[in-house]
Amino acid sequence: MALTDKDIKKLSHLAKINISSDDELIVLKKLDGIMKLIDTMQKIDTTDVQPMSHALDIYQTLRDDVVTESNQKEKFLQLGPESNEDYFIVPRVVE
Amino acid sequence: MTWDIVIGIETHVQLTTKTKIFSGASTEFGLPANENACLVSLAYPGTLPVLNKEAVMKAIKFGLAVDAQIAEYSVFARKNYFYPDLPKGYQISQFELPVVNHGYLEINNEGVNKKIRILRAHLEEDAGKSVHGIMDNKTGIDLNRAGTPLLEIVTEPDMSSAKEAIAYAKKLHNLVQWIGICDGNMQEGSFRCDVNVSVKPSGSDKLGTRREIKNLNSFRYMEQAINYEVNWQIEQIEDGHDIIQSTVLFNPDSGETKAMRSKEEANDYRYFPDPDLLPLKISQRDIDLIRSSLGELPEECFKKLTVDYKLNEADASIIVSDKKTYKFYQSLVASGLDAKITANWIVGNLFAKLNDHELSIDDCPIAQEQFILLIKRIMDQTISNNAGKKIFDLLWEDPNQNVDTLIDTLGLKQVSDLSAILPMIDEIIQNNPEMVEQFKSGKDKAFNALVGQVMKISKGKANPGQVSELLKEKLTKS
Amino acid sequence: MKDLSLNELHQGLKNKDFSSVELTQYYLNQIKDLNTDINAFITVDEEKSIQQAQQADQLISQNHISDLTGIPIAQKDIFCASSWKTTCGSKMLDNFYAPYDSKVVDLFNKSGAINLGKTNMDEFAMGSSNETSYYGAVKNPWNLDFVPGGSSGGSAAAVASGMSPAATATDTGGSIRQPASLCNLTGLKPTYGLVSRFGMIAFASSLDQAGPIAKTAEDCALMLNVMADFDERDSTSVKRDKENYTQSLNASIQGKIIGIPKEFFNDELNDDVKIILEKVMQAYQSLGVNFKEISLPNSQLSIPVYYVIAPAEASSNLSRYDGVKFGYRASNYKDLEEMYLKTREEGFGDEVKRRILVGTYVLSAGYYDAYYLKAQKIRRLIADDFTKAFTECDLILAPSSPSTAFKIGDKTEDPVAMYMQDMYTISTNLAGLPAISAPAGFINNMPIGFQLIGNYFEEAKILNFTHLYQSISDWHKYSPGEVL
Repeated sequence: MALTDKDIKKLSHLAKINISSDDELIVLKKLDGIMKLIDTMQKIDTTDVQPMSHALDIYQTLRDDVVTESNQKEKFLQLGPESNEDYFIVPRVVE
Repeated sequence: MTWDIVIGIETHVQLTTKTKIFSGASTEFGLPANENACLVSLAYPGTLPVLNKEAVMKAIKFGLAVDAQIAEYSVFARKNYFYPDLPKGYQISQFELPVVNHGYLEINNEGVNKKIRILRAHLEEDAGKSVHGIMDNKTGIDLNRAGTPLLEIVTEPDMSSAKEAIAYAKKLHNLVQWIGICDGNMQEGSFRCDVNVSVKPSGSDKLGTRREIKNLNSFRYMEQAINYEVNWQIEQIEDGHDIIQSTVLFNPDSGETKAMRSKEEANDYRYFPDPDLLPLKISQRDIDLIRSSLGELPEECFKKLTVDYKLNEADASIIVSDKKTYKFYQSLVASGLDAKITANWIVGNLFAKLNDHELSIDDCPIAQEQFILLIKRIMDQTISNNAGKKIFDLLWEDPNQNVDTLIDTLGLKQVSDLSAILPMIDEIIQNNPEMVEQFKSGKDKAFNALVGQVMKISKGKANPGQVSELLKEKLTKS
Repeated sequence: MKDLSLNELHQGLKNKDFSSVELTQYYLNQIKDLNTDINAFITVDEEKSIQQAQQADQLISQNHISDLTGIPIAQKDIFCASSWKTTCGSKMLDNFYAPYDSKVVDLFNKSGAINLGKTNMDEFAMGSSNETSYYGAVKNPWNLDFVPGGSSGGSAAAVASGMSPAATATDTGGSIRQPASLCNLTGLKPTYGLVSRFGMIAFASSLDQAGPIAKTAEDCALMLNVMADFDERDSTSVKRDKENYTQSLNASIQGKIIGIPKEFFNDELNDDVKIILEKVMQAYQSLGVNFKEISLPNSQLSIPVYYVIAPAEASSNLSRYDGVKFGYRASNYKDLEEMYLKTREEGFGDEVKRRILVGTYVLSAGYYDAYYLKAQKIRRLIADDFTKAFTECDLILAPSSPSTAFKIGDKTEDPVAMYMQDMYTISTNLAGLPAISAPAGFINNMPIGFQLIGNYFEEAKILNFTHLYQSISDWHKYSPGEVL
């Protein structure tokens, strides 16, 4: 499955990474090389194999419902690229 | 041409936990913006989610209440998309393996019972809030709500009218509060419905294309939105247009639904199992433990009221429409009050008054023991029902008063003494010969008028039941 | 002081031969002398380090001294450290001062160790040469024209050049072991779940694991004693009794079996590396170890599988860098969409962007089954191979890296060639197993290591085997000056 420039545009949109038209071809070429490497795994038959998401076969531990965090609003807002005294600020979101 | 309406509902129920689903930040509502935004809520680098036990317990509780299967293994996945109030760039949700599967809720719509199948219920985290139009028309991000636990409850497309949809939503709304997993506050967004609507030619097997009405947080709007949407879809098809699958919003001002600005490309959420969270395992022991704490469900209580207490279905369903009301009713009956009289009083008087003042049963100003005393005085015929209403109103105005004192000071004590009532009856018969004639010629109305006359000269104190009995006896004898 | 082991430094502090302030100042001076050339540190904060050393000296004066009290340790810049700049090698976090400690940093602080500074790394740990860092390439102390390996290249170069006695590192596909191999150091990647990931900036969550890079197995054991601890803030952290990893360093390995995977010792293996590994085998033979050929039939698929799973997880993990809550935001944009697009275009480097795009692709609708799900299934097969192999042997011997260090710039234009660097290390990350790389010798004056892979939670056994090897070999004692 060779990648196309249309794929690159879609990925750029989904991943929210701008790719300048100058770079598009280079990106495409390198991604295509990586996908060729990846495609070598297609030769293996994996019928009836259970997918493995985690390194260890263990289960989720649960946390007690106890408040452990305190209000650090001021500090956090200061670390934001743009904020006022209450909110993180972004360009207007259009619904 | 006639049309079938097909409706499915997805409800986002905020679970009443003290802390967020994946962090120890408080879920308290109504705080100033971002005070509940902790490291995890803000998606700081290297921070990790740890699942809240209480959220899981509440999801199981719901599953048991709708007779569903509780999954022994369930998995959390990431739903990837960018939005400023989604701090991680993905929402943690359950996708392929949800915690609750295949339950049902039985609704009653205009006397007809119907099972609405619940396909699944899964745990997920809520997003934050965007406040539009601040600071030179920008958007402010408040992450207090980000990470609040949600249970998303998804039905099969089993409802076929707005009325059924409302009946389901109300029933669910009652149930989640009844079992104590949600505060049910729709204004605060604790219970939000997305309604999928489609229409198809009557009897057709093929489902029509659906549109999803997002974020309905009132039953009234839900009904308006569905009705508008159904008519709109039918019109479109009859005019030869196709319905395009889309997400729509309901505008309460115009009463119309309108498609949201469609994204250039369809969303591709790239779900995959969250590597930061391990599979959730629920043991039979946990399930049994929760089952034993579930208590009576509204359905069982309704049966008890209609079968054991012989209440009519309308009164019974009002009493079980809310757990607090039911408990209040039960405690009254347990104190020795008559089940039917008590039901009448709660439904007819107390509720009317509470509704007038937009209060809940918790806010009722009248002390429970005075309310009990009032009904007792009616039961033992010390006062008439009408006198009872008078006292009820006075208690409402000034809850510090005492029922017995009010009866005495207002002289509302009912006269049940034969020697006092009989002369009054004689007097009325004597003074109203025409009415007596009319009664004898078969007019019931005349009889009621005669009773009214007796009550009038007794200044309302005569026991109306007794008056009516004695009067009838006299008139039929003579 | 430069050649002293952690234990020797501990004894020196305990006997008051030198103070922690003196020791810390010594290393800070080394950094001043050498870092301009080597570029191993992104952030050094003398004041903070000395302040910590003063506190350590106070503890020591009251005889409150544990193994690492007063000893400077360099921290890979992937670990958040409260009030320290934490960049993860990225422009995206160039202005990021973490308001919290990672669990690893917290454990070192509690042990009384000194944070000597934050070491350079490949951006978001994505790389095998430390050339993708926003802060410039790190040079290999053995030859400044060569790469130190990656992604923990800064940590490795810092220790190899004598700027730090030991360092923390992380390993997602070989990022501890490959730089250890290329810099003549001992580096241990523990079992997944042994060291908490809290506050360690995520690359690929199901593979990332922190561990030490140091000069010897003994030093690694002392480091791991501090680092291995259950953490309720990390759901994948494993609750188990604390082990003392120094306890069994000298246990006899007579009669134990080392497995030799035939898929690693084949024609593809570099001849010089092969000779070196054969010498390692001879050394183990002299310690009474037996060998057995084993098979890891699916290990050859590790690289394609890894380059599906790691980018997929990374594409999602790195979505939080959107210019809204912290970190970099582009300065010119007309709307929200453009703010996202430009922030992430400008804030991430090429390799990171490539992996995000690959990860996005393999998870996207229509490709999930063919790529992501397929990779997860082969991951299972790879893990099962190891489970089977460990019924036949105690540890598995493997190369750490396919060759010695390569020249800076040699592979930057060819990502696939770069990815091949990790061909011998990746399978253990996929399986979640512990593995070490330790010095095995030199090829053309450049060092190279060997790798020992153990079963789950058998770090003690790995360290025991490596320590005994180091007790009969000298490779780990060489430092750059003596060879050059």
